[in-house]
Amino acid sequence: MGEKLLMKGNEVIAEAAIRAGCRHYFGYPITPQTEIAHYMAKKMPKVGGVFLQAESEVAAINMVYGAASAGKRVMTSSSSPGISLKQEGISYASGAQLPAVVVNIMRGGPGLGGIQPSQSDYFQATKGGGHGDYRMIVLAPSSVQEMYELTVDAFNLADTYRMLAMILGDGILGQMMEVVNFRDEEPIVQADKSWATTGHGMKREHNVITSIHLDPAVLEQWNKGLQEKYRVIAEKEQRYELYRCEDAEIIIVAYGSVARIAKNVIKVAEEEGIKVGLLRPITLWPFPTKAFEQVIDKPRAFLTVEMSSGQMLEDVMLAVGGRKPVYFTGRMGGMIPQVDDIMAKIREIRAN
Amino acid sequence: MAVVFDRPHALVDIPMHYCPGCTHGIAHRLVAEALDELGIEGKTVGISSVGCSYNNYFYFNCDMIQAPHGRAPAVATGVKRSLPDNIVFTYQGDGDLAAIGTAEIVHAAARGENITVIFINNTIYGMTSGQMAPTTLLSQVTTTTPYGRDPKEHGFPIRVCEMLATLSGPAYIERVSLHDIKHIKKAKEAVKKAFKVQIAGKGFSLVEMLSTCPTNWGMTPLEALDRIKNEMLEYYPLGVYAGKDLEV
Amino acid sequence: MFLHEVIIAGFGGQGILSAGRLIAYAGMLDGREVSFFPSYGPEMRGGTANCMVVVSEDPIASPVLNRCSALIVMNNPSMEKFERYLKKDGVLIADSSLVKREPTRTDIRYFGLPATLMATDAGNKAFSNIYLMGKLIKETGIITPESFEKALYGVLPQSKHHLIPQEMEALRAGMAI
Repeated sequence: MGEKLLMKGNEVIAEAAIRAGCRHYFGYPITPQTEIAHYMAKKMPKVGGVFLQAESEVAAINMVYGAASAGKRVMTSSSSPGISLKQEGISYASGAQLPAVVVNIMRGGPGLGGIQPSQSDYFQATKGGGHGDYRMIVLAPSSVQEMYELTVDAFNLADTYRMLAMILGDGILGQMMEVVNFRDEEPIVQADKSWATTGHGMKREHNVITSIHLDPAVLEQWNKGLQEKYRVIAEKEQRYELYRCEDAEIIIVAYGSVARIAKNVIKVAEEEGIKVGLLRPITLWPFPTKAFEQVIDKPRAFLTVEMSSGQMLEDVMLAVGGRKPVYFTGRMGGMIPQVDDIMAKIREIRAN
Repeated sequence: MAVVFDRPHALVDIPMHYCPGCTHGIAHRLVAEALDELGIEGKTVGISSVGCSYNNYFYFNCDMIQAPHGRAPAVATGVKRSLPDNIVFTYQGDGDLAAIGTAEIVHAAARGENITVIFINNTIYGMTSGQMAPTTLLSQVTTTTPYGRDPKEHGFPIRVCEMLATLSGPAYIERVSLHDIKHIKKAKEAVKKAFKVQIAGKGFSLVEMLSTCPTNWGMTPLEALDRIKNEMLEYYPLGVYAGKDLEV
Repeated sequence: MFLHEVIIAGFGGQGILSAGRLIAYAGMLDGREVSFFPSYGPEMRGGTANCMVVVSEDPIASPVLNRCSALIVMNNPSMEKFERYLKKDGVLIADSSLVKREPTRTDIRYFGLPATLMATDAGNKAFSNIYLMGKLIKETGIITPESFEKALYGVLPQSKHHLIPQEMEALRAGMAI
């Protein structure tokens, strides 16, 4: 029955990728995600895989572009400033419909910012950090176990839909250790990759991977194809957790490590006789609007908590659609929201 | 009747979009002939870059990938590390390779990445209509150096072969020219050798081709060929810069 | 309810993070839910280091603590910073050979151990954190000495296994105080 290990979040992402059949990793060092590169450097040669430390994040994402074009399961990882550098390649790969996994273990920004945990790349991840009308599937784990499972899922989703999937974590998740239960065998989706540029062997027409279509009518058609795919994903792939929402007076909306802190808040609130629930988006794109439809009648208000100035807040307001008040509290720059701060906000909402 | 001249199989039978007198067509043909003669079209993956040749994936019959501006060597690295038994080449202009893609070409060369780079040096940005390139000669007039390239303002042109030859990674680097039949024949040999170097697993190979851009130089095709001979050869001497004694 | 939330803090190089990892590992061997969250970044190179460890019978809500039930401090700045994190009746263990300041709180259980001095006298300064963990085990029962020993074998590389009997001696000495 599987293997149970105490592991660091970053290392679990690397191990999960290898278990999911990823044999190509291209990266560049940056705190707080570098353990992924360390793990890959150590492990890849032992499984016949490729670890390559690129000259820059820009080069790394383009190596991913090449390996994905060759039909391989491939991954890169970085943290916020490095993900900004990768946006060019992310846009191109999205335009060319290439499947790959990109990991962002977020730190505080903007600019070089800091190295402490943050969630301030939500807009960049979910609204398109690069140019053009594109989306990535964005998965937000909130435990080390989920970092494992969602990384495997990310590869499957990327291959299924021929697009990028991003694991969006933060410094807490990357650095913390928890027990992870590995499955004996991973559920690996075998997708058709007859589009890959692997050499035609004089047996078929040449394959071309490109994101350029100079004829605007052709480019619009191409975009319509992308949008139709995104519509299907938005319908089929929403994931979320509802925790103690049944009779909640206030529902906290939080993802990733902040959702863990929210669970502590729920305990403290209960001791004060306040019923608080948690709506935790697991897919940030597609945003789980269905979760809101399930619980919209119950609470008197929603409270969004983020390690940012309130980015997911905009999606929460869209999902709630003015039917209930939506409040926000959060910290920035690498500061972590404290249970007391969130409790104070809850008391304030109740006093209104 | 014996066929003495035909379109190489590795070139698709469609009209090219290049301007009259542009030497891209010759360069394409040389690459395609090499793929044919070495029998490697079926296992070759080519990387198009950004510039006038952005869409040469229409022209080459092998599998092709279009890369972001300057990133072709990184994309090629990803492909080659995934498919080590395939043949991988990039086709890049001077703006793509020697300006925006400097980091990628230097590091692919330094790693001795087992890929082949076809580098077109025509001392100008063609596609965006004639701006200064990193290879633009001193006093050359372009749309962004309307009074001529002044080293005090714009610095000096980069000699890519010489620069990359300082590295230990490259197996074979040669500069050739496309300005007359004799030199085109030499260029063909260089392209073939570069692919043979890759087939033999010797590492990074690059062939720089001195090329024309009649449109943006404001010249007739013949004047443009003369400019290579009379102006470019002096600053960009032809020859083998790495792997002189390499036998493949 | 079995729930221990521990903060361990001191200088980088004092074995702060390895102490936390060992407790988490031992807790896992005892069949508990565990989490370990280290401070990270430049501070690990000679500055302050701290980690947060949770050992619980129920699934752990957050690995990030702003309250703790036990605190080990190995330098003055850590005493300054984390004393207020302790819950009422919480256990505070300080390396009294380095921490010169007594706690200001009176609603907690305070134990000063000259751990660095004891470890130096016993011949291995690097074991000072183990004396403190011994005291933690005795005062809280967070893990068992048996699982701690197994954790040492699990966490340390083979080349360090010959030191484990000495480390267990240090643990027992810490527990005996």
